[in-house]
Amino acid sequence: MKALSRATGQQALLILLSLVSLYPLWFIVQTALKTTQSYVTDPTGLPIAPTLANFFDVFRVMPFGRWTLNSLLVAVVSVGAATVISIFAAYAVAFGRFVGQRAFFNVNIALMALPPVALVVPLFTVMVQAGLINTLPSVMLVYTGLLIPFSVFFLVNFFRELPSELIEAATIDGASHTRILLRIVMPLSVATTFTLVIVNTIWVWNELLFALVFLQNNDQRTVMAGLTLFQGRFATNEPLMMAGAFLSILPLLVLYLASQRFFIRGMTAGIGK
Amino acid sequence: MRERRRLWPYGFVLPAIVALAAAFVYPLIEVIRFSFYSGSLGNLIYVGTANYDGLWQDPVFVGSLLNNIKLLATVPIMTILALIIALVLNAQIRGWRQYRAIVFLPYILPATAIGLTFSFLLAENGVLNTQLRDWHLGFLAQDWLGSATHVVPTIGSVIIWQQLGFGVVVFAAALLAVPQELVEAARIDGATGWQIQWSILLPQIRRVIEFFMIVEAITVLSAIFTYVYVLTKGGPADSSSVMEYYIFNNGFDNGAIGLASAAVDVLLLLASVLIVTYLRLRARSADAGR
Repeated sequence: MKALSRATGQQALLILLSLVSLYPLWFIVQTALKTTQSYVTDPTGLPIAPTLANFFDVFRVMPFGRWTLNSLLVAVVSVGAATVISIFAAYAVAFGRFVGQRAFFNVNIALMALPPVALVVPLFTVMVQAGLINTLPSVMLVYTGLLIPFSVFFLVNFFRELPSELIEAATIDGASHTRILLRIVMPLSVATTFTLVIVNTIWVWNELLFALVFLQNNDQRTVMAGLTLFQGRFATNEPLMMAGAFLSILPLLVLYLASQRFFIRGMTAGIGK
Repeated sequence: MRERRRLWPYGFVLPAIVALAAAFVYPLIEVIRFSFYSGSLGNLIYVGTANYDGLWQDPVFVGSLLNNIKLLATVPIMTILALIIALVLNAQIRGWRQYRAIVFLPYILPATAIGLTFSFLLAENGVLNTQLRDWHLGFLAQDWLGSATHVVPTIGSVIIWQQLGFGVVVFAAALLAVPQELVEAARIDGATGWQIQWSILLPQIRRVIEFFMIVEAITVLSAIFTYVYVLTKGGPADSSSVMEYYIFNNGFDNGAIGLASAAVDVLLLLASVLIVTYLRLRARSADAGR
């Protein structure tokens, strides 16, 4: 009896917690389906006459499609570049020997925790001088650099778990290290690389500070930087803003539902080992 | 051939070193240099330590620094909440995988969209206050984001809402790794549920708790710009500004590169204490063979 009531209490706590976790998401969806009028009259109620007009309006009043495409392009280029660069570096750290090996790895760990805002002023001046301000390559370049420390850290930890005999045997057979990396190590690292790509993509998709500062032409914004524009221009149109917010979250939700365990493993990697 | 064999690691790490030098090392050197200059780009004038003096005389900077410190209080709160939830999940409760997935969800969402949403939920005539008035609890309704006394705790609550799931997942995983024999042995010795949790489980995951607290302290000190930008823009009247926002505001909106850089250096000094602690924890857990 006591055990039963305890289990009920635990279930109640978790259900309450789930409601608190999910309510803001539900609020986004239900508000996006309302007209401004019905939101003002009843901000908390269900959408009585749901409308999809807000979703179309988002694309009409702002270049939201273009922003989405920009975010995708930036994510593909910066995550791709950072992943390739980090795979080679992590392979050298895990299986090679070079002067400063330990220091290089520790520097990466320290940089993982460095406040990004510390870099934004000097990098802005570099981008102005290079004529890249208001172009996507400015954020692509910066994101590539910023993603490397975590990527190296994450991959080194995984590579170190691989049996070193595999690499030694292949070296004796005369295979080059590029070949070993591509033919032996990478096929064993598909899930790990996928996890890394997901974590990095989310980071790039969600990043605001650099996107806000570097991209100030309307057509060149990323989704997140664009979303903040709604605040100023459509401050009294909550349903429109929530439609935009929903669209910005949608790709993440789909990805999360499809590959939840990769998310959890990748995003908690900074803790522990 | 031999030569090439020994040199290959340098080739492999070179691109990463170049990228890190460009994205981190060069800007860090520049930001220290800028802090001794005044004026705009291309027209910098050496001013010694005047920017640092200016920071301490600027109530907005001091207030921003204090807000960061106040927000550090979110770290123990979210740690305790996450521990309680993780312990409940650890009791092999029905549906724990689904609960874990739900609780983790806020952590992956963009702070921009979350901030926008909470700005409506917490507005003076927003959802929370409307609901409170409907329930005849109107006396509890506050101007959560518009009053200087409430705004910082409100931002802190949104941060806790988003970061909590991260702690739950990390702690739940650590609890799952505690050897079951330890718990069994204690139970045979007559320990009750709470005793087991306090004296067996928590000490076993102490390392993970320390890690989590350091990581979150670093986050709250140096990665909450988006919340402040979207929720309040530092307002009302700068009362919710944090160091990151101060740096952004002075560096870009006010064009005071030198002052912003001096603020960066103060932030870096504080962050480096936490980063060194983080590295120490990491080295210690590596020594422990984990």
